[in-house]
Amino acid sequence: MASLASEDGRAQRPSDHEGFLVHKRFRWLKVALALSIVAGIGYAFADVSPRPNGGTWYGYALGTLGVLLIVWLSLLGIRKRAMTEGRWSLKAWTSAHVYLGLSLVVIGTLHTGFQLGWNVHTLAWALMILVIVSGIYGVVVYATLPEKLSTNRGDMSKKEMIEALGAIDRQLESAAQPLPREESDLVIAALEQDAFRAGVLARLTGRYPGCRTERARAAFAADRDRDEHEERVFGLLQRRCAQLGQIRRQMRLRALLDIWLYVHVPATVALLGALTAHVISVFYYW
Amino acid sequence: MAGTEAGIVDVAIVGSGPAGLSAAAHAAAKGMSHILLEKTDHLSDTIFKYQKGKHVMATPAHLVLRADLDFDAGKREAILETWDRQIAEHKVEVMLDADVTAIEGEAGNFTLTLKRGATVKARAVVLAIGTQGNPNLLRLPGADLPHVQYQLDDPTEYIDEHITVIGSGDAGIENALGLAADPAQGNVVTILNRGADFARAKGANVKLLMEAESEGRIFVRRETSPAEVKPGELVLETRDGQESIRCDRIIARTGSKPPRAFVEAAGVGFTSEEREAFPALSPSFESTKPGIYVIGALAGYPLIKHCMNQGYDVIEFLAGNTQLKPADEPILEEKFAPLPGNRSVDEWLALFGRTVVILQELSVLQLRELMIDSRAHFYRKGEVIFERNAPGSSMFAIAQGSVLVEVNPADPSVTVPIGEGSIFGEVGLISGRRRGATIRAAEDTVALEFSRTAALKLIATTPGAARAVNRISIERQLLQMFGSGLTPEDLAEITDAAVVEDKRAGEVVIKEGDDDKDVFVIRRGSMIVEKDIGGHPVFLSYLPAGSYFGEMAVIDGSKRTATVKAAIKSQVVRFPGEAFVKLLDRKPKLREKALADMAGRREVNAFIESRKDSFGDAADYYSQTAKFLVDQGIGEATDVLLIDETLCVGCDNCEKACADSHDGLSRLDREAGKTYAHLHVPTSCRHCEHPHCMADCPPNAIKRGPDGEVFIDETCIGCGNCQRNCPYGVIRMDARPPKKPGLLSWLMFGIGPGPGEASYSWRKKKAEASGREAPKVAIKCDMCSGIEGGPACVRACPTGAAIRVGPERFLAVSQSERGA
Ligand SMILES: Cc1cc2nc3c(=O)[nH]c(=O)nc-3n(C[C@H](O)[C@H](O)[C@H](O)COP(=O)(O)OP(=O)(O)OC[C@H]3O[C@@H](n4cnc5c(N)ncnc54)[C@H](O)[C@@H]3O)c2cc1C
Ligand code: HEM
Repeated sequence: MASLASEDGRAQRPSDHEGFLVHKRFRWLKVALALSIVAGIGYAFADVSPRPNGGTWYGYALGTLGVLLIVWLSLLGIRKRAMTEGRWSLKAWTSAHVYLGLSLVVIGTLHTGFQLGWNVHTLAWALMILVIVSGIYGVVVYATLPEKLSTNRGDMSKKEMIEALGAIDRQLESAAQPLPREESDLVIAALEQDAFRAGVLARLTGRYPGCRTERARAAFAADRDRDEHEERVFGLLQRRCAQLGQIRRQMRLRALLDIWLYVHVPATVALLGALTAHVISVFYYW
Repeated sequence: MAGTEAGIVDVAIVGSGPAGLSAAAHAAAKGMSHILLEKTDHLSDTIFKYQKGKHVMATPAHLVLRADLDFDAGKREAILETWDRQIAEHKVEVMLDADVTAIEGEAGNFTLTLKRGATVKARAVVLAIGTQGNPNLLRLPGADLPHVQYQLDDPTEYIDEHITVIGSGDAGIENALGLAADPAQGNVVTILNRGADFARAKGANVKLLMEAESEGRIFVRRETSPAEVKPGELVLETRDGQESIRCDRIIARTGSKPPRAFVEAAGVGFTSEEREAFPALSPSFESTKPGIYVIGALAGYPLIKHCMNQGYDVIEFLAGNTQLKPADEPILEEKFAPLPGNRSVDEWLALFGRTVVILQELSVLQLRELMIDSRAHFYRKGEVIFERNAPGSSMFAIAQGSVLVEVNPADPSVTVPIGEGSIFGEVGLISGRRRGATIRAAEDTVALEFSRTAALKLIATTPGAARAVNRISIERQLLQMFGSGLTPEDLAEITDAAVVEDKRAGEVVIKEGDDDKDVFVIRRGSMIVEKDIGGHPVFLSYLPAGSYFGEMAVIDGSKRTATVKAAIKSQVVRFPGEAFVKLLDRKPKLREKALADMAGRREVNAFIESRKDSFGDAADYYSQTAKFLVDQGIGEATDVLLIDETLCVGCDNCEKACADSHDGLSRLDREAGKTYAHLHVPTSCRHCEHPHCMADCPPNAIKRGPDGEVFIDETCIGCGNCQRNCPYGVIRMDARPPKKPGLLSWLMFGIGPGPGEASYSWRKKKAEASGREAPKVAIKCDMCSGIEGGPACVRACPTGAAIRVGPERFLAVSQSERGA
């Protein structure tokens, strides 16, 4: 029927449309695996005495590599925010970050020669593992939650959700005017409550047991014969609950997507500190 | 009246915008007897109506101002104040509330009739009434009562009134929303709509209105029209009969009438029937009606400086100064300086007008204006004028010499000549896509390059130029599409029979099962091909501008095998199938190519057909995604930002990167916009093939750049036309914020607002502290042109959710997503 449309989209997936995990067909996964395997083989065969640890030549090699990696991994925080010109892509950085970061489990641990104890050296190792574990959590949520986030919000932006809530509130306020004192108090209590002021726990679980809107809704639902005014208020309360639910789910997902960075980043800072202490002490007490 | 004999002035100037004011001031300075007639009760109504505090710009910067009044960039209030003062100082004869409704008589003795009944006599008339026109008046009993108004300057002015807004366009809705915005004002606002929905208004406005309605802030009355205005009351015609509502004030916003009818009634001819046409003028601004002169926006010069210069010039001409060089003379001199042969500006203009086919109908004045927006080049023999695949939307004309088109990208020695007087590059102009071939100068050549806007204006206003461009472009497009070995003669039969047709978005061009036999070429816009499978339209493919379709039925005599409809407002060339078949018979190579194309299409058809039972969801899904994308205007996009929401973690790093790469303001709103199947189209420029924003830009500041990006240059005057014209809401008006402290000082010491767009309050505080006032200008995505590495939004996405795609690829994106 037509020309110029012969290019069949099905065959060729646009190459730059890949997530950070698959980036360039797992290039950095391969690099990281190779790095870990080489490190493992080296560990098994390197002739070090009296036993493998950080102080041997092989230990130094692994240690140097580890420090370089850690410093580079930390620089992601800068890269992300420094919008310089150039052919870099943050996606490639994240991809390399994730896989090379994981390879540190092998490299860092082999570097210790499994000599762990209650000292500044092990502190550095433990912090590193903490950063990595939080990172793994991060990757898991990055891989699973965005879709839920998208489904939950539909076409609405945060601003629109808040506006929609505001619109319901204004209607509720006027609809509650004709109600008897007791019932309108329920509505007023619901409206007065700052529906989003909640602790970290509520935010992360999405459970708001003290929600007065829900309480008011339940009270109206229990009322078997609602007159026309009560019916209208009940309907609006249901809408308010639904709208609050959407916003809270959104807040919950965003919190789950963000919370780990509050471990990952401070632990990185602590790690850089511990690492410095570790390196200085090693050279000082040499 | 000063210096009048028998009550007749030398010149009556109608309209007191910058053009009319400047003319009147110069007439006063020269001691010419004159009168300045202004419809409203103040001077310069167009500028008077700018929003309060607007920063008025004085572009083009290199054009000198030649006027007795001062004008420099500054606040609207200051400019109006200056003019008011200087008009008084110059002892200009002004008559306010003087709406001229008719101009009769001949040169030397005109009679101007005012709406309020009086008449004014003048030997010559200068029309400087701008292009705003008059609001459409209500035509019903009582419409002349004082509480009916056609303009709303300040919605906060009214309290505790029952106000009815008539009109369902953006102006009406915005007025209604403004009046109801603050409940404390206590207004009861009603808006009337003759129809059932608000189809003419922007989506965003309609949404706000619906919300206001559901909140009870505005009463929306559908299928209702006004029947009679009474004091304090309005009678409505509703579906269920007549009804009266209380009404203290009526604001009628039912569009405005362009001033053309009035101008034509005075005997002034226009260059064509097109809506965009301007009055036909001589080099001294005289219209086809001797004694009536036209200047300013009405004459096609929409910038204040132009207007003022013309006011000065027209009085000089009237006073008999024939030697006056237009103020743009130095600009043209500079433009023509690189050309060989040491000719004067006038000589060059005469040569262009003589040799270039599309310029032959132009007056010297029009030619001058055209050249201001255009460039003149000199190319040595063999020099490349443009390369294949280079982006570019300008059109060229050969004033001297000739060029060669390299029609075969694989072999540059295969060329087709284009001779003196002809044009090239018109394909980019029509379709907004990349250049189809490399073009070199065949000998030393002088070529004119017209910007897209200038060229479109030329085509719209001069029928001869339109015909010439049309024919040439159809011929060239066919030549280019059907490949090498063809000559214009081979195509003569097709070109002669070809007709250009406009198609509305969604209009069906070919219907599956029909047995008509025409072949089509898409000139602009794009098409969707669909097949009916079990009662559902299944999307087959997307055809961008420059594709042809409809040849299958012709070649194998079958019925139409699929439906083709316009994805967006499009233009196609239709020509008879037999002519095409004849051409194929004569050209075996072309036949082969056509058959190969066809085989590919048929394969897809057969594939879809064979899978029709198992297809169900997947095909539906794909069709729907395709439909969604097309609905989002992607059919007219050349490059669009999409967000794969299965990957987007909502970090907004794209927005931050955008702001940090462009003076601190983000040109994209990630969250806003529609989503379908986790594919999100954020509010961000699509770089349309035919940008709506370019349509009405007084300084021509919106251009298409070297990478196909549509961008706004520094000549923007902040009028907001583009923002209003963009259907996708991607243009914002804002002042460039002051510089932020660097990233490191933020990271280490927390100084400054950090990465991304600074909050409004920070920008405001900082700007106030710096004491410099930055004007609000239009801001939009420029695809990070000039920034190495490309679009910052994509580079800064940590997960790969943000992607930019062109039209050939966007459907593939939706499709491959599901395959994976
Ligand atoms: C929002 C906005 C912002 C802009 N910003 C800028 C800018 O920053 N810089 C710039 O250079 N340009 C700007 N422009 C363009 C510029 O304002 C106009 O092109 C310019 O005002 C045109 O001048 P004019 O004298 O031809 O006509 P106008 O300024 O339109 O004046 C026409 C006058 O004629 C009067 N009139 C009309 N009909 C009659 C009649 N029948 N009888 C008597 N009087 C009549 C009108 O009341 C009006 O006062 C802007 C335009 C808009 C809409
Ligand atoms: C010692 C090792 C690591 C260090 C020092 C480190 C450090 C950092 C830092 C500084 C950031 C920037 C955070 C920000 O500014 O927002 C970051 C982000 C991140 N890290 Fe790590 N990281 C390490 C290991 C890992 C590992 C093993 C993973 C995954 C398995 C991981 C996954 C991530 C992810 C997904 C991000 C977020 C990227 C973004 O949203 O921009 N990190 N890391």
